[in-house]
Amino acid sequence: MNGTAIILMVVAAGILFRAAAVLPPFGDPTAPAATHVSPRYIEHGADETGAPNLVTAVLADYRGYDTLGETVVIFTAGLACLLILGARRVGPGSGGKP
Amino acid sequence: MKWPSGSAVIEAASRLLVPFMLLFATYVVVHGHDSPGGGFQGGVLFAAALILMKLASGTAVEWGPDPRRALIYACAGAAIFAGIGFLSLLFSGNYLDYSAIPLPLEPAHRRAAGTLGIEIGVALAVAGVLLLVFETLVAWGEDEG
Repeated sequence: MNGTAIILMVVAAGILFRAAAVLPPFGDPTAPAATHVSPRYIEHGADETGAPNLVTAVLADYRGYDTLGETVVIFTAGLACLLILGARRVGPGSGGKP
Repeated sequence: MKWPSGSAVIEAASRLLVPFMLLFATYVVVHGHDSPGGGFQGGVLFAAALILMKLASGTAVEWGPDPRRALIYACAGAAIFAGIGFLSLLFSGNYLDYSAIPLPLEPAHRRAAGTLGIEIGVALAVAGVLLLVFETLVAWGEDEG
């Protein structure tokens, strides 16, 4: 490893440690993450989505597009498995048939 | 009588467990509104029940999806999810805005119905993918001899 890479790594690590030190503490009710959309989800989630379970309300309704992406990721991983492991059965001598 | 797994205990235990696992998987999927659970967890339970059956009984299992069918389930699950999104687009709502789908219900209940629909899609996709991975690994092992 050359000197430039080491210097870059140390600088990047310093920036990240500095940023981590000024993050709000875990569970801080005044943190931006807890004051932006969370109160609305907690106050109106059950009425708006008909789902008493807030996790489901956020996962499948407010953030449905995210969940669609997750499902597609899992689906793509399955297809990749099939292509990598299944491709072995389609050898040069088998005429392309699995 | 010859037991496919070589053990009557494993055979009997899996026969006893699998129906309850399938029932519990259904419960986890449809009860995700009110309790912890949902499509991902329910789909994994479905796949676990079918994989347990196949592990215990091997090729003697005559039911349950073959790899081709598992791939179709996985595709169908992802397509159901995206399809429900496009359905609400069709009725001039936003993508995945289930309250736009004209069901004879209140808007909140329409959203709940849409959520149930996509949970079923997720469960199908997850169960299909896990079964597919299992079957592919089994086929790999058979090739090795």
